Parts: sequence; C-alpha cells; structure tokens
Amino acid sequence: MKILVPVKRVIDYNVKARVKADKTGVDLANVKMSMNPFDEIAVEEAIRKKEAGQAEEIIAVSIGPAQAQETLRTALAMGADRAILIQTDDIVEPLAVAKLLKAVVDAEQPKLVILGKQAIDDDSNQTGQMLAALLGWPQGTFASIVKVVGDGIEVTREVDGGLETVALTLPAIVTTDLRLNEPRYASLPNIMKAKKKQLDVKTAADYGVDISPRLKTLKVEEPAKRAGGIKVKTIEELVDKLKNEAGVI
Amino acid sequence: MTALVLAEHDNAELKPATLNAVTAASQLGGDVHVLVAGSGAQAVADAAARIAGVSVVLLADDASYGNRLAENIAPLIVSLAGDYDAIVAPTTTSGKNILPRVAAQLDVAQISDVMKVESADTFVRPIYAGNALATVQSTDSKKVMTVRGTGFPAAAATGGSAEIRTIAAAANPGNSRFVGAELAKSDRPELTAAKIIVSGGRGMGSSGAFSIIESLADKLGAAVGASRAAVDAGFISNDHQVGQTGKIVAPQLYIAVGISGAIQHLAGMKDSKVIVAINKDEEAPIFQIADYGLVADLFQAVPELEKAL
Repeated sequence: MKILVPVKRVIDYNVKARVKADKTGVDLANVKMSMNPFDEIAVEEAIRKKEAGQAEEIIAVSIGPAQAQETLRTALAMGADRAILIQTDDIVEPLAVAKLLKAVVDAEQPKLVILGKQAIDDDSNQTGQMLAALLGWPQGTFASIVKVVGDGIEVTREVDGGLETVALTLPAIVTTDLRLNEPRYASLPNIMKAKKKQLDVKTAADYGVDISPRLKTLKVEEPAKRAGGIKVKTIEELVDKLKNEAGVI
Repeated sequence: MTALVLAEHDNAELKPATLNAVTAASQLGGDVHVLVAGSGAQAVADAAARIAGVSVVLLADDASYGNRLAENIAPLIVSLAGDYDAIVAPTTTSGKNILPRVAAQLDVAQISDVMKVESADTFVRPIYAGNALATVQSTDSKKVMTVRGTGFPAAAATGGSAEIRTIAAAANPGNSRFVGAELAKSDRPELTAAKIIVSGGRGMGSSGAFSIIESLADKLGAAVGASRAAVDAGFISNDHQVGQTGKIVAPQLYIAVGISGAIQHLAGMKDSKVIVAINKDEEAPIFQIADYGLVADLFQAVPELEKAL
C-alpha cells in the first residue's frame, strides 16, 4: 500500500516562542525551524511499515513557504520516497490543510495517511480528524500502536482513562501520539541521497482549493506571568505555610 | 442563539468536564442543550437534565454509540447541527477526537481548547504550548469549539430540570469497531477534577518509587499525576500525564515531586492555585513558578511530609 505523510515546518521544539511587541503573533524571524515532532513520529511509523513489507511507497507532503522544502528533504532523508510541496506564504488553517490533503489523496490514492496529532505552533489537533471527515474514512487518533491486521488496521489510542484499541477498515487516517515510536536520525549518506529524490512544487490553485482563513487573529499576548514564591527550609515550615498561609490543606 | 454541548460520559456516569463545557456554552449568551450519545445511558441523560442552566437534553441511545466512536457520533451531531448556532465539547480525548470531524463536515473552522469566551464570536485560546494566548474571531456562521475545563467554573450539577428528548440514531458508517480498552481503575479522584494533585517526574527513578507519591496522595485525598519524562520512562501509565499533550489541570494545590519543570509540563499545571516543588536540584525551572519550594531529596522529604500531615 501507499502511505501519505503530511509534515509541517514549525518553530523548533527547543526554542521558546516569543510574542511580538505589536501583538500580531509570535516572532519567527531568525528562529530555528524544524519538522513538527509529532510529524517526525508519523514519518518514522510509515518507514517502519515499509520496512516490515506492509507498504511500498511513502509520499511526504507539506503545505507552507518555500523553506518547507527543507522539512520535506528531512522526511526524504529519513526514508520517504518522494515529496510534494504545496507552496504558499499565507496562513493555512487546519480546515484548508485538510481540503488540500484531500485533493492530494484523491490524486495519489494512498491506503493510509499518518499525521501528527497536533502541530506544536497552533496546537489545534484538528487536521487528521478533518481529513478523515472529508474523505469519509475512519480515524485512529492519538495512536501509540498501529498494527496491520488482515485487510485493516488496529490502532491503540492514548485516551484520558488509559488506552483503547479500535479496528479500522482501510483506507484510514492515523494521528500519532508521543509514544508510538522514536524517530530515527537521518544518516549523512541518506541526507545526500535525499537531495536527488523527487520533490514536486504545487500551489493551492493547482488543486482548486480555497484556503482563505475563517478565523481572524485579533491579538496574540503572553500569558500572565506567575510570580515566583519562596523556598522553605523544612517540611514543618512547608506544612505550616500550606495550612496557615495558603489554606489549601 | 442555542448551543449544543456534547456530554462526556461512560454510559453510566456523566463526567465533570461536561459541567465546565456547559458554563462555556452559556457564556455564548443563549440556551444550552446537552447531547448524550451512548448505549444504555438513561442515567447519564437524567444527570445532564439536573445541570443548572440546561433547558433540553437530547438522548441518542444506540449500541453504535456505546464506545463513542467518532465515525458514528460525528454524523449524529452533524444531523442535529441545523438547529444550533454553536457546538461545544470539553477538551478531552473524546471531544478532541469527535469535534473536528463534525467541524469539517459542516465546513466550519474549529476553535480548539477555548480558555475564555470574549463574546459570541471571539475567543481566547493557547498556542505554542501555552507560551502565547491568541484572541481569535470566528467568521463562520456556526461555531464549533472544544473548551478547556480549567478556564470555566463547573455549572451546578443539580438544580436544573431539563426536558429529555429521545432522538433516533444516525446511520452508522460501519468502518470502525471498538476492540477493547485498558482503563486505569482507581479510587483516587480524576486528575482534571481533583482539588489536590501529587505529581512525580523523572527524579522518581523507577515505577516502584511512585508508591511514595501514591501514599502521600491517599493521605491528602489527592490525584496522582506525572510528567511526560516519567511516563516515557515507563514509571507510570499515560493517563497520569500532566502537560500540554497530556491533561491540563488547575487544582487548589499541586505538589511537583522530582519534576524539573519543562515548558511542556508547566503548560499543563501553571494555573494551579498553589504550587509546591520538591526537587534536589535548586536550579530546576519548576522553582521559578512554585509558591513554595523545598530543595531536598524526595525519598526523604515525601514520606516526611506524609507523616507531618
């Protein structure tokens, strides 16, 4: 089967986001950007399925600026076979991303789409579920285990009370949680090889999708800072403070 | 203006997250209806009807809703959506799973994890793991949103007397099937509803060491939490994880034990009323936000604290 893996270029996991002084957004100028960590897990899972002989081809797709080609090259260096960039400098909301991905699915006919459960910039946690809705496919969200079983898949999901397993018919959508796998690092030879792999650049218009935003961001602010407290020396002092100062026990 | 709230439940009990979602929905400024989609869930509908401020409860009782599969419940909500201006669900794994599927079918941009309702179309939500708060205005005629429990006080669980309407199930697409679940069984309070939480981090060192956290929690009537590092290390199961990708909590008292204070963890607990940190590393970032910090070996301090209570 063919697996499609959407990947997003976001602020690096280790960089602290700073709000711009004019409150229009988060300052991304001269900030290190990387592949969304949940998407790395998605790429890894697709590669493992291919290594297990359960998939023949992995296509990585990204929607974003020209620099998102670097993110796609990372996916190719990890082991994806080819890549598609739908290039735009506009803000693309999850609903529009899902519509673009549906168009890619219609063209490429994958059996499985594996996405990160959320991007660490807008933290929406929507795209996979929306894509599943638009395609009428089943979804295994927040996956910690994905097994191919007969003609379908079984997905173990991280849910509030613990773990839950669902069986889905194929084609299907999977979104990754943190403990699905540990993504590999691309080796230098594979990074060199990735430069020669096919990467097609398209536009939203090529797919006939309207990506105009539905949400207006009025302002972006820093959350109220929590004032630091005091250090206590002993357990007795701590218990006294909790009882008599804070009144919480 | 009428809002439909998707009830969080397990067919037997209405979960408290529903009460916070009802408050958020009522702040939109109109009537609040609650949808109970389940199997053998009459008791849940009865409980929902007693929530103060709810005027109508819709009960869709069908075997296909027994495990709240998104594939089955989303079409039901979509079929009801014509009568509503807003669809609201708590930001639980169930709400997060189902609601975007509804939004896409309605061609609406969902607003995720709303912390504050500014007006019927303007909302505040966290981005970048809570390091920034975005105020967004929806231009869609219908609003679809998940709401963060800690952002809204719980509606009173009693005092209401809503009408219960039984509704028919929607067609089941039959493309997904519930296989099983391993749910933690515990007499301790739920993390998101607990007044006191005791959490352990990487500093615990082993799963066995969590017994001192559990023992302290039981003395305090508290829930047990954990950092991502502790869950990743296999010390404790994922349902205990507090943080941006785990549970968001805001108890009266949060005791962080052996937790360094990664941004990801702080995003999940920094709205707690009082934070206590116990860590042997006095440079740990958790001390910057703790009201009371104790630099100590947790293996001595935690049992000592339990004894002193």
